[in-house]
Amino acid sequence: MKVDIEQRILAANDELASANRSRFADHGVFVLDLMASPGAGKTSTILATIDALRDRYAIAVIEGDIASKVDAEKVRAHGIPAVQINTGGACHLESAMIRRAVDTLDLDALDLIIIENVGNLVCPSDFDLGESAKVMILSVPEGHDKPQKYPNIFQVSEAVILNKCDTMPVFDFDEAEFTSVVRSLNGVAPIFPISATKGDGVAEWAEWLAGRIEAAKAEAAS
Amino acid sequence: MHEMGIAEGILSSAITAAEDAGATKINEVDITVGVLTEVMEDALHFAWEAIRTGTMAEAAVLNVTMLDARSQCADCGHEWGHDRYSGAQCPSCSGYLVRLLTGRELKIDSIDID
Repeated sequence: MKVDIEQRILAANDELASANRSRFADHGVFVLDLMASPGAGKTSTILATIDALRDRYAIAVIEGDIASKVDAEKVRAHGIPAVQINTGGACHLESAMIRRAVDTLDLDALDLIIIENVGNLVCPSDFDLGESAKVMILSVPEGHDKPQKYPNIFQVSEAVILNKCDTMPVFDFDEAEFTSVVRSLNGVAPIFPISATKGDGVAEWAEWLAGRIEAAKAEAAS
Repeated sequence: MHEMGIAEGILSSAITAAEDAGATKINEVDITVGVLTEVMEDALHFAWEAIRTGTMAEAAVLNVTMLDARSQCADCGHEWGHDRYSGAQCPSCSGYLVRLLTGRELKIDSIDID
């Protein structure tokens, strides 16, 4: 006997993601899902973003890794609350993990939560966490051909950060080619060339993020 | 290998629906996957065969329909089918305000049960 179901496969994840999203909206908290390969500079970019925005906004970080507390400790050493999620082998975060992590944070006291997803250019792009925006980082040493090889993550991202731009003279990175392929995948996402550890370009990226945080606050107030 | 998590989602939804219908055995599961997702059909079949063991879907065949991507331009209304690399800009008016109509699906269509 044939029975029609017509249901999203990730329905369980999506329902929890929607619940997370309404919870964030109710508190006027902007939640950023930051995705990148291992070693692209996610934690360094988060620390640089914190430095750029901490005078204006109360920030917390949710760290996703397969194992270890290394990243959460780095963020805490920076004086920012951090929750570590260990996925125990899973290649991406899911909305249930975010819900549990958020339970330990005081949402009323926060403006911005940055989620550092598990280092991976593939799987995180298919999972809704309830975030306000997905943003990805590509680092120069990874090569300008990555948008062609991992198109989905470039398509679902609302902004693309190009990190380690200070190393461009060392690597054979074709920025024009990179930009052109990103544009063919995603016509609207701004591209922010930065060097997280040197500080170059961080202000422009932080201003874009601040604009989005303000928009979330305005929406929560209306 | 997030196909394992996706296979688990398929299995749990299929079992819930089968139990609701009073079935004891799932013979087939039909799903639709958009080509723009990062799901590999081979990896999904591999994961499916690994997780269905010991359930009422133990012998269930997973039928995967891959769905092409289509977008519509918000400016001129033009609708077109595309691959991963040609969906961001309207081929008719060159506008960037486009809406994806299909291509990112991950859904269960139906199950065949006894």
